[in-house]
Amino acid sequence: MISKVVSDPDDAVSGIEDGSTILMSGFGMAGHPVALIDALLDQGAGDLTVVSNNAGNGDTGLAALLKAGRVRKVICSFPRQSDSWVFDGLYRSGEIELELVPQGNLAERLRAAGAGIGAFYTPTGYGTSVAAGKETRTIGGRGYILEYPLHGDYALIGAFRADRWGNLVYRKTARNFGPVMATAARITVAQVDRVVGLGELDPETVVTPGIFVDRVVATGERHRLHDDVAPAEVAV
Amino acid sequence: MKGASCRGVDRRVLAARIAQDIPEGSYVNLGIGAPTLISNYLPGDLDIVLHTENGLLGMGPEPTAAEVDPDLINAGKLPVTELPGAAYFHHADSFGMMRGGHLDICVLGAFQVSQAGDLANWHTGDAGAVPAVGGAMDLAIGAKQVFVMMDLLGRDGTSKLVAECSYPLTAARCVSRVYTDRAIFDVTRYGLAVIEVLGDSSVEHLREVTGLDLIDAVPKHPAATAVGSAS
Repeated sequence: MISKVVSDPDDAVSGIEDGSTILMSGFGMAGHPVALIDALLDQGAGDLTVVSNNAGNGDTGLAALLKAGRVRKVICSFPRQSDSWVFDGLYRSGEIELELVPQGNLAERLRAAGAGIGAFYTPTGYGTSVAAGKETRTIGGRGYILEYPLHGDYALIGAFRADRWGNLVYRKTARNFGPVMATAARITVAQVDRVVGLGELDPETVVTPGIFVDRVVATGERHRLHDDVAPAEVAV
Repeated sequence: MKGASCRGVDRRVLAARIAQDIPEGSYVNLGIGAPTLISNYLPGDLDIVLHTENGLLGMGPEPTAAEVDPDLINAGKLPVTELPGAAYFHHADSFGMMRGGHLDICVLGAFQVSQAGDLANWHTGDAGAVPAVGGAMDLAIGAKQVFVMMDLLGRDGTSKLVAECSYPLTAARCVSRVYTDRAIFDVTRYGLAVIEVLGDSSVEHLREVTGLDLIDAVPKHPAATAVGSAS
């Protein structure tokens, strides 16, 4: 019997080594796997490279990991936000390395990693400072830059529902980077609000098939009034 | 009217003006900041589909306090709603929509636009500034038409329409039209053409404050719809 379900977030992040590259889903806080990141904070791995769209919001999730000095490098598209004070401070004092990647290139580099693509040419960034040092090519009269895949040792992603085979569905714009990150890591760990029985997820609506997922942990309902949750099932 | 004393239109008026140029059936991305205002002026009875980079087509207006859902936000990370016909998708698909040329129009803010249509809107290059590019480069190279919405003059009074951008580029030769508080400009192979004057500005005044050789393409008769010839 396949069961990828683990009992708590601590089990879900066990074995993450110092120096790992961690893919973290989320756009702002939507889809950001805060319970897994909190567990990683307790677990202790350091010298991490984190790939995420943003570089932490407020003082929780990735921001807390940064604040604890556990991250050596961030690869992201949009670190500067109104509530990114933790990253901003570390960046200005030279305590953290930043690789800035245009958002579509970030998504496509992850997709390429998961799909076994060796590299690809993209027009995004051509003729700008993000193209510095990269190979370029003119195809059909248009300029492109060569971008390489971005692999993770671990992906920590936030989804909505899972079954024990690791099939995942997401909710609204919290989907964002989850599906591409799930494909791009050696070990993919998903936190979901609830694990449902095998067969309860409509196969037509599964977004991330379980082949891409290694560990699943349920962290409780977040939506007290959500339409597909009867009030009795809601963890208050 | 001459001199920097000319008064332009305010952002809401400009947003309403831009909304008039978005035809029914368009798939549109409105950038963070001022361009977001345009959605308030899109006629509700027209099917215009708004895209947000974080994975939604068919984005609706701001929710009521009771409807706020942390899983439903826009590119500015503010709560939004979904309209009937909406669709969610992941980031690689969302940026494929941009890069693949599927979006009809995007409207972006800018620090500078050059007369060749180069766009600078992501980084001032200042020491100590934290750079952040987000989806700007993908939108700029991907949408079929890139509109810019900005004030013509910066806070220091210098023109944001320039011969060459001094700020780092977002993308080269990507802008098709620039909507400013004082005039609307088309980027043409012959240079920037003024197609509509706003507020109490004039083409002569615009040439003075930008220092650029602007083409006067303002229709000479208010009822005319064709763009006037270069002068």
